[in-house]
Amino acid sequence: MDHHEDHPHVVNRNARYGLILFAVYVALYGGFVFLAVFRTPVMGTIVPGGANLAIAYGFALIGAALLLALVYVVLCSRPVPNASKNDAEIR
Amino acid sequence: MFYTTSPLAILIFLFFVSVVLGLSFYLGRRGQTAKGYYAAHGQIHWAVNGVAFAGDYLSAASFLGICGLIAFYGFDGFLYSIGYLAGWVVALFVIAEPIKRLGKFTFADALDSRYDSPAIKLAVAISTLVISAFYLIPQMVGAGALITPLLGLPHFAGVLIVGFTVTLIVVTAGMVSTTWVQFIKGFMLLIFCAALTVMILNRGFTATPVSSPFDPEAMRRDVGAKMFDPGIQLDEEPWPGKPYVKVISSKGIESFMRVTDEGWIPTQSVVIKPDGTKLVNGRTQTRDDDLDPVGTIAELPGGVEKTGPIGPVEFFDTFRQSTVTTWAKEDLKSEDGTRTTVYYPTQKTGDALLQPGGYFKGMTSTKFSEKLDFISLMLALFCGTASLPHILIRYYTVKDQASARKSTVVGIAAIGFFYVLTLYLGLGAMTSGAMDVTDSNMAAPLLARSFNELMFAVISAIAFTTVLGTVSGLIMAGSGAVAHDLLESFFRIPMNDHQKVLYGKFAAVLLGAGAMVLGVLFKDFNVSFLVGWAFNIAASANLPALVMMLFWRRTTKQGIAAAVFVGMTTSLLWILLSADTYSKVYGWDPTTSIIPFSQPALVTIPLGFLVLVVTSLITPPPAHPVAEELAEE
Repeated sequence: MDHHEDHPHVVNRNARYGLILFAVYVALYGGFVFLAVFRTPVMGTIVPGGANLAIAYGFALIGAALLLALVYVVLCSRPVPNASKNDAEIR
Repeated sequence: MFYTTSPLAILIFLFFVSVVLGLSFYLGRRGQTAKGYYAAHGQIHWAVNGVAFAGDYLSAASFLGICGLIAFYGFDGFLYSIGYLAGWVVALFVIAEPIKRLGKFTFADALDSRYDSPAIKLAVAISTLVISAFYLIPQMVGAGALITPLLGLPHFAGVLIVGFTVTLIVVTAGMVSTTWVQFIKGFMLLIFCAALTVMILNRGFTATPVSSPFDPEAMRRDVGAKMFDPGIQLDEEPWPGKPYVKVISSKGIESFMRVTDEGWIPTQSVVIKPDGTKLVNGRTQTRDDDLDPVGTIAELPGGVEKTGPIGPVEFFDTFRQSTVTTWAKEDLKSEDGTRTTVYYPTQKTGDALLQPGGYFKGMTSTKFSEKLDFISLMLALFCGTASLPHILIRYYTVKDQASARKSTVVGIAAIGFFYVLTLYLGLGAMTSGAMDVTDSNMAAPLLARSFNELMFAVISAIAFTTVLGTVSGLIMAGSGAVAHDLLESFFRIPMNDHQKVLYGKFAAVLLGAGAMVLGVLFKDFNVSFLVGWAFNIAASANLPALVMMLFWRRTTKQGIAAAVFVGMTTSLLWILLSADTYSKVYGWDPTTSIIPFSQPALVTIPLGFLVLVVTSLITPPPAHPVAEELAEE
């Protein structure tokens, strides 16, 4: 890794990625809670394979957490120009 | 129900405990510096830390509680799985890297990293101890509840075994041994729960047809003719207004029929007489005269008797189209003070059991406040994980922020995989024909017993080890809060490196002793909801302070301390005055509660943010805010 994790550019970039992905997950999670509370019968809709929407959405939320986490790791491992360890120490 | 003590279970349990303690003593020499004791030198590999996250997080509430809820109520138990897992997204995207970057040994270190404020140290140390206590009690009581079926020992023995074992683990090598215990536990839990799921799918479903209800007229006629038992008697109104008939044999054995539109249905009962005598199904409880195991499929789609091996998706399709016999209960009291709990079977479609609303009645309620209660719970689960002190301190055990990130991803993968399995385990238990109608927490071990004794022994021993892993994490968090935050930072007691470890170990011994006392004191207390309280308090006390410190440069030390105090006290007060606590803890009429819904997070998390903002605005701005780093480009 050619950038330093404590460098403000890196910290700032990672925080921004984190917040964007967090917002995506909040939307997914909020959608699930909304359907469960205000459109409960919709959760009984049968999806391909024979399970209902409640199970499919629940599994999708667990899968989405892992997928977004992997995306975050990949994004955060990309180098940031002018963010070497020396640069971080100078700052 | 009575459980036969299994020598195999005892052997496997002793093997687990021996391995765990042996490992702790072996690692003992590595935890002799403060950094070693509190943070495992920051040298734990991220993959190991990721699995240890799972071992730390997947408590008895996750393993036994969720499986039991699904086995008894269907899909709603899985909502906990979804909420618990979603909390890790907050941990990864918002909390993990700053905690690692700013902190040293405890959560308070990170919050106080730029302020050096005794008030912050005090507030966070107290909140850590309160949250850990609420989390600890169910674990210790759970240990006591598990020990009887596992080893045939009384409740307090389980509490003492866990207390002593965990104290030894923590005192020998602190975070080093705690990490490895959690790693082993997390790994074993995943492997054996996956194996159990494969066994469920391989066995498939089997239908157990339900016998027809008794015809009331024929029953009265038969009793009148005394065809079967010359001394039989009927009491057609044992509890006025309640749909039950008491049948008394010539030997005085009492049983109850539930009156339904279809006829009279046999039930199971537990009777506690005023003198304390306990009768199950009319007899003194023995291994031979006990409650019958329950939980069967009444009818499979197409009227088949067995499905044979079944795929993971087909599992839900088949279950959904089946009719399942579940059991409900009703508590009844007679004029002479006799307390009777009647358990009666009900037929439900699989389709209904797989939809939300079976347990959380608020979801389908027309009352908006009851819907808010559920939303508030889901918010607490979402925000609480990333605010739990015993989880946060795991971030100090890896070497850098990249490792913190990667270990959280491993944790999400491991925990997510486990939570997917909970739905199979819960529904498998529901249809295993092996459930204890009186105790949903035994669903997972009894499901295992429905396969063979070896699986029961292993799953029971893992359940016990589950308690060890989580409790050791909690004791570590409490030890850091007492020794590092309170004694060293708040009271300014000077300590060299050796003394920091010594004080930490001493605090761990005290906390271990306290945990044992709590476990014994709360034996007969319904404690399952305490973990939910811990999530609510953690989210309300810690999350606003943590988030605002990171993202709002105007955040002051007074604002942080005030937010932690107010978040903690208001959420606690809300809980203590809620309708849930009125009915479950005090035994009072829940309708007299002045709190509109029981879960506080929806109110107390925003309140924490508000208090922090207002307090920060009326106090001098900080010299070097943490949020400044994020604003720099």
